[in-house]
Amino acid sequence: MKKKSLFEIRTAIPRHIYLLSGISFIAFILLAWQIVSQLKLVNPLFLPSPIDVINEGLRQLREGILLTDSKASIYRILVGWLFATLLAVPIGILMGNFKFIEGLLEPFIDLVRYMPVVALIPLTILWAGIGDFQKFLILFIGTFFQEVLMIMDNVKNVPLDLIKLGRTLGLSRYAILKDIILPASLPAIWDSFRITIGWTWTYLVVAELVAANNGLGRRIMDAQRYLATDTIFFGILFIGFLGLVTDLLFKFAGNKFFHWNKS
Amino acid sequence: MSVKLVADGISKSFKSNKGNLKVLDSCNLALKRNEFVSIVGTSGCGKSTLLNIIAGLLAPSQGEILIDGQAIEGPGRDRGVVFQSYTLFPWLTVEKNILFALKSSKISNKEKSDLVKHYIKSVGLNGFEHSYPKELSGGMKQRVAIARALVYKPSVLLMDEPFGALDAQTRGMMQELLLNVWQEHKTTVLFITHDVDEAIFMSDRVLIMTARPGSIKAEIKIDLKRPRNYEMLTSPSFMQLKKEIIAAIRTETLKSLDINS
Ligand SMILES: Nc1ncnc2c1ncn2[C@@H]1O[C@H](COP(=O)(O)OP(=O)(O)O)[C@@H](O)[C@H]1O
Ligand SMILES: [Mg+2]
Repeated sequence: MKKKSLFEIRTAIPRHIYLLSGISFIAFILLAWQIVSQLKLVNPLFLPSPIDVINEGLRQLREGILLTDSKASIYRILVGWLFATLLAVPIGILMGNFKFIEGLLEPFIDLVRYMPVVALIPLTILWAGIGDFQKFLILFIGTFFQEVLMIMDNVKNVPLDLIKLGRTLGLSRYAILKDIILPASLPAIWDSFRITIGWTWTYLVVAELVAANNGLGRRIMDAQRYLATDTIFFGILFIGFLGLVTDLLFKFAGNKFFHWNKS
Repeated sequence: MSVKLVADGISKSFKSNKGNLKVLDSCNLALKRNEFVSIVGTSGCGKSTLLNIIAGLLAPSQGEILIDGQAIEGPGRDRGVVFQSYTLFPWLTVEKNILFALKSSKISNKEKSDLVKHYIKSVGLNGFEHSYPKELSGGMKQRVAIARALVYKPSVLLMDEPFGALDAQTRGMMQELLLNVWQEHKTTVLFITHDVDEAIFMSDRVLIMTARPGSIKAEIKIDLKRPRNYEMLTSPSFMQLKKEIIAAIRTETLKSLDINS
C-alpha cells in the first residue's frame, strides 16, 4: 500500500507529530514576534518584545503585585461562578425535566442572555456599590444565564429509555431525578462547568473595569493610562494562561470522576 | 392453566400536525401463566407501542390491560422490561446495575446480594461483577439487562427486540441463554421480534401483527418440544412453521404497501 501522507481526509496522524506541530506553531509565533521587535520593525510602544513582557512578569512577581492581583481576581471569579452555578444547577435541572418550568423561565432567560454585560456596569454599581459584590454580580450575570440553558440541555440529553426503565422499576419521580437523571447527566454538566468557568476569565476585565484597586483585569486597564504596553501584554497572556490551567484542571478532574463515561 | 396477561381491545392513536395517526386498532391477546409468546410484524406496525402500553408506560386510547384479571394503572414491579437499546446505567458496575432494581425491595442486604449473585450466574456473567458497561460487549449488556429485569421477580417479562442490535452468532447464543434462564425461573414472557426464526425457536405461540393500524391477525402454535436446540432450526417441521408465518407476514406487508401508494 502507498505510504500515507499527513493530509488524508479525517485520518489520525501520529500523536507526537500532532503535539509537536502545535508547540512549534506557538514557538514560531514567539520567534517571529522577537525578530520583529529586535529589528525594530514596529515601535516598542505598540509591540513590546517577548523579553520585555517576560521581564515585566518577573518584576510583578518580585514586587508581589502578581500574587495580590491573582488572589483578588481568583477570589472574584470563584465567588461569582459559584453563585451562578449553585443557582444554575437546580434551575437547569428543573427546566430540563419539567416543561412547565421551561416554558415559565426560558423566554425571560433568553431575553437577559442577549443583554450586553458591559452596559450593565452602571446599574450594578448603583445596586451593589463599588466593592467586590459588584464584581461578583457582573461575573454572575455573565455566566448564569448561559449556564442554566446549558445545564437544561445536558439534562435533556439523558436517554429516554433510562427514564422509562426507572418507571418500570416502580421509582418515584423524585427517585428518577436523583438516582437516574442526575448521575446520567453529571459528566455533561461537569463539562458545562468547565466551559462556563472559562468564560468568567474572559469577563474578568469587564468586572474590574471600574472601581477596583487591584486584580489582573484592573492592572491591564491601568497600564493603558501609562502606555505600559508590556504590562498589558503580560496581563492578557497571564489571564489566558490561568484560563487554560483552569480548563485543564477541570478536564483532568472530569476524567477521574467520570472514568466510566468514555471508552 | 390460568390466564396471566390480557390485552383487551387496545387502540392507540397519536396526534400529529398532520392529524391523527392510528397505530393500534382493537388489539387483543391473552398469555397463559409461564407461557412464552412472540409477536412478529413488519416494522412500524405498532409492536413497540403495544409493549409500552402493556408496560404501563403509555396510556391506550381505548381498551385495558389486565394482569391476573386486574386492570393496570401504570408501570409496576409485576412487569419487567428489556429494551432494544442498551439501557444500563453507565456509572454502575454490572453488580450495582442489577442491585439497582432491588433498591425498594424490603429484604435484607444479604438477601439482595445473594439474589444478585444468583442472577449474575444465571446469565453467565461470573467474573464481570465489577466491570462497567463500557467494558462489555452488546450481548453481555443485554444479559445484564435480562438479569436486572428478572432479579425482582416480576411475573411478566416484556422484551422489545432485545437481540435486534446483535450480530447473528451472538444472537443465537443469547436465544439459548434466555430459554435456559426462562426454564430456570419460569415467568410469562412477551417477546417482540421481527426475526421469524427467533420467534419460532423461542416461543410456545407466535402472534402475527397486521400492518398499521396493528392488531393481532393470526396465531401459530409452535409444537416443537423443549428443551430446544439448534438442530431444530433445519428440521422439516420448523421449515413448515416458518413458511406459514412468512406467508402471513407477506400478505400484511403487501397490504401496507398498497395503502401507502
Ligand atoms: N410517540 C409517538 N408519537 C407519534 N407517533 C408515534 C409515536 N410512537 C410511535 N409512533 C408511530 O407509530 C407507529 C408504530 O411505531 P412502533 O410501535 O414503534 O412500531 P414497531 O415497534 O412495530 O416498529 C410508527 O409509524 C411510529 O412512527
Ligand atoms: Mg419497535
